[in-house]
Amino acid sequence: MYKKINTPLTEEVIENLKSGDTVLITGRIFTARDAAHKRMVESLDNGQELPFDIKNQVIYYVGPCPAKPGQAVGSCGPTTSGRMDAYTPKLLEIGLKGMIGKGYRNKEVVDAMMKYHAVYFTAIGGAGALLSERVIESKVVAYDDLGPEAIHEFTVEDFPVIVTIDMYGNNLYESEREKYKKANF
Amino acid sequence: MREVKADDIKKTVELLCIEANYNLPQDVLNILKEKAYEEVSETGIEILNSIIENAKIAKVKKMPICQDTGVAVIFVEIGQDVHVVGGSLYDAINNGVKDGYLNGYLRKSIVSDPFIRINTNDNTPPIVHYDIVGGDKLKITVAPKGAGSENMSALKMMKPSDGIEGVKKFIIDTVEASGPNACPPLIVGVGIGGNFEYAPLLAKKALLRPINQRNNDDDIRALEEELLLKINSLGIGPQGLGGSITALAVNIEKYPTHIAMLPVAVNISCHVTRHATAIL
Repeated sequence: MYKKINTPLTEEVIENLKSGDTVLITGRIFTARDAAHKRMVESLDNGQELPFDIKNQVIYYVGPCPAKPGQAVGSCGPTTSGRMDAYTPKLLEIGLKGMIGKGYRNKEVVDAMMKYHAVYFTAIGGAGALLSERVIESKVVAYDDLGPEAIHEFTVEDFPVIVTIDMYGNNLYESEREKYKKANF
Repeated sequence: MREVKADDIKKTVELLCIEANYNLPQDVLNILKEKAYEEVSETGIEILNSIIENAKIAKVKKMPICQDTGVAVIFVEIGQDVHVVGGSLYDAINNGVKDGYLNGYLRKSIVSDPFIRINTNDNTPPIVHYDIVGGDKLKITVAPKGAGSENMSALKMMKPSDGIEGVKKFIIDTVEASGPNACPPLIVGVGIGGNFEYAPLLAKKALLRPINQRNNDDDIRALEEELLLKINSLGIGPQGLGGSITALAVNIEKYPTHIAMLPVAVNISCHVTRHATAIL
């Protein structure tokens, strides 16, 4: 059973999302991956503003394929989140509330998620064609020179994700694996 | 000497880049369908079904299966009686990649320098492996490889005394450490023997093997089967969210090595293990 939520995220929505929940996201989300994160955090370190208001927003770790004529976006599945760990606590501190990616997060990120109340969602890695059908509009809002790594604003409708780490620190990667592990060797 | 035109090579590479990125090989698709029945986790089954659905959408809509259309890894087998005319072989391949990634709406993921990191905007240069073989044909395989799984791959120069048990442990540890990051279910390519640069190449070539085809060597076949069982006992499951299908296959290639060496390379590949081949 999917929970339907809208962006930007409210404190109430975040409090009610538990690890293991399957969620459909509707609204605007922002894409950013390696190079955009580096640039955003350098801007903050230099006392400059970010190119979009990050407060209560969701960042999707993705570098989409170019859209073919008639498409909103090309394939757009999640990239490995751990590469953004070095930059994430700083963004959570200034109001980022949700992240969509795939794979492990480090302790600093989980601690910051608990401190500032944020959620880590995962989408199916490698399902870029399927996920592109839930993106109805895409436009570049910053760092155009980075190509696929530019910050895009996606308008998504029922974008399917799983709450993998919630604001309470519950981690689906840790809890689920144990259930299926066989001690046969 | 048989002549092959550089332009034909360029066009072929262009088409192979697109074909490989749009169409999941049938053997991979078939095994995903089989494994969706074997998976015990409900989430795992749903994920496997979504992955199958994704491959169908990519094929029908002629779009990339995965947005990480990868480094263009190209294997070229050149018959010793082939003569390339009308340009250099490397330029033909490089320009074919450029055309394929631009015309196929594939993502450009290559940066020109590991530190300066400026996108080359056409996904060149590719990584090309040449083998000179007998005959007068030119065989080209394009095997795009994404970073999620490549980043979780590893090489270890083991001691001969580590033996087969040590090798098994290294392979399983490498898969275990990759967890959800490499987009399981995985195909695990392993190269054992050779030397420091050859074991990883064997591991990469192992990924090209049809998924249901085991190694001809009885001992290696048994090792492939044993490792697959053990990997699927780790509990990692589809996308690392728990389950019994962590890997679809373990493909091992071996090669003679030095009296003092036991190199082992593990090239992890995701469920979108792609390749397309043409013979000119």
